[in-house]
Amino acid sequence: MDWIVNFGKIILETVRNVVPIVAILIGFQVLVIRKPIAHARKIFFGLVYVLLGISLFLKGLEMTLFPLGELMAKQLASPEFIQFENSDGKTSWRSYAWVYAFAANIGFATTLAEPALIAVALKVEKISGGAIRALNLRLAVSLGVAFGIALGTFRIVTGSELYLYIILGYGVALIQTAFAPKLIVGLAFDSGLITTSTVTVPLVTALGIGLASTIPGRNPLLDGFGLIAFASLFPIIAVLGYAQFAELRTRAARNSKDREDR
Amino acid sequence: MISVRNPLLKSLVSSFLDVLPILVVILIFQFLVIRQPLGNIDDLLTGTALVVIGLTFLVYGLEQGLFPIGESMATSFARKGSLIWMIVFAFALGFGAVIAEPTLIAVAEKASGIAAGSGMINDDQSAREDFALGLRLSVALAIGFALVIGVIRIILGWPLPYLIIVGYLGIIVMTSVSPQQIVGIAYDSGGVATSIITVPLVTALGVGLASSIKSRNPMADGFGLIAFAALISMTFVMAYGMII
Repeated sequence: MDWIVNFGKIILETVRNVVPIVAILIGFQVLVIRKPIAHARKIFFGLVYVLLGISLFLKGLEMTLFPLGELMAKQLASPEFIQFENSDGKTSWRSYAWVYAFAANIGFATTLAEPALIAVALKVEKISGGAIRALNLRLAVSLGVAFGIALGTFRIVTGSELYLYIILGYGVALIQTAFAPKLIVGLAFDSGLITTSTVTVPLVTALGIGLASTIPGRNPLLDGFGLIAFASLFPIIAVLGYAQFAELRTRAARNSKDREDR
Repeated sequence: MISVRNPLLKSLVSSFLDVLPILVVILIFQFLVIRQPLGNIDDLLTGTALVVIGLTFLVYGLEQGLFPIGESMATSFARKGSLIWMIVFAFALGFGAVIAEPTLIAVAEKASGIAAGSGMINDDQSAREDFALGLRLSVALAIGFALVIGVIRIILGWPLPYLIIVGYLGIIVMTSVSPQQIVGIAYDSGGVATSIITVPLVTALGVGLASSIKSRNPMADGFGLIAFAALISMTFVMAYGMII
C-alpha cells in the first residue's frame, strides 16, 4: 500500500506545480478571449495524460536513474578511482578520462530521453514538412549536449574560467548564424534550453557537484554551477552545424545532378 | 526493426528505445569501469517500466493537450488583434511558469548558500531567504520580459539574429562588470528555469502566432522565444548580483 500513498503524493506535487500555469491559461481564456476552446475534451484528456506522465516518469527516475547516476558520478570522481599519475600526488587532468567519457555518454543518453525535446522534434518534423527529421534533430542536440558536458567537466577539473568558454561558444554560434540557413536559426537557439528540462538537469548537476567536491581546490558550491550552461550552449552549435551540413549535401547532390543532366 | 500495429504499443516501444541508451550507459560503466555489483534489480526494473510508461503518456499528452491549447490561444489573440493583451498574456505566462518552478526553487536555495559563504550577503536565515526570492524574481521577470520581446518580434517581423547579437553583447558587458560568484548561477539560470510544461507551451505559442500571421513562416519565425529566455535571464541575474 505504501507505493499508492507515495504515488499519490507525487501526483499532488505535480498538480501543485502545474496549477499556476493552468490558472493563467484558463484565466485568459475565460476573461480575455471569452470563447470556448475548440476540442476542449481532447485537450482536457491530453492534460490529464501530461499529469500522469510526469508523475510516473519522475517516480521512475527517482527509483532508478537518479540514485544510480549520482552514485556513479561520485564513484568516478572519487580519489580511490582516479589513478594518480604524478609522483608528487597531484592529479593531472588526464587522469579524469573516464569522467569525461561518462559525462559525454550520460549527456547523450539523457538528451535522447528528454520528453520536451521529443515532443518539439515531432512538431518540427510536421511544420518543416519532413525536411527536418525528428530523430536527426534529437541526435544533433544530443551530440551537442554530450560535447558540452564533457567540456564542462574538463573545466571543473582544470579550474579554468567559466566565462571564457561561454563567451567563445556563443561567438562560434553567432558566426555560424551568419552562414546557416535562416529557417533553422530560431530552432537552433531554442534547442539548448529545450533539452535542459527533466532528465538532464538533475543528473548533470549531481555530476558537477560530485566532481567539484572530490577534486582538491574546487569549491562544490561555486564550481558545481555552470554545467547546465554548457549543456544548453553546445546544442546551438550542433543544430546549426547539422543544418549547414544538410544544406551542403543537398547542394552537392544538386550540382552532381546538374552535371549529369548536361 | 520490430513492427507493431497497435499505436499505443508502438509508442511504448519507441519510448523504451528512447530510454534504452541511459540504461546501456549506466550498465556498461557499472560493470566495465567501476566493476561493482548493481544494487536492487527489482527497483531498477520497476523504475525503468515507470519511466517508459510515463514518457509515453507525457509525449502523447503534450501533443494532444499542451500544444493545441497553446496554439489555439495564440490564434485567438492574433484574431482579436489586440497587441496589448497578447503582451500581457506572454508576460503572465513566462512569469507564472517560472516563479513556481521547483527546480529553480532548489537552485536558488543552493545559490543563496554560495552568496552567504562568499560574503555577498549576510550569513543568516532571513538574508538567505531574501536572496533566493530575489533570484527567483529576477529569473521570472526575465522570462516574462523575454516572451514579450519574442512575441513582439514575431508580430513585427524583426530579424532574430540581430536581437541575439544584442543579447550576446549584453552578456559580455554584464559578465565583465558583475561579481564573480553570480556568473555561474546566471549562466545556468535560463536552462534551469525552462521546464517540461513551459517549453512545449511556449513553442506552441510562437508557432501558433507565426502561423496565424500571413507573412510569417512558422518554421523561421515561430521559434526563438526560448532563446531570448536564456539570454535575458543571464543578463537579469547578473544585474541582480550587481544590485545587492
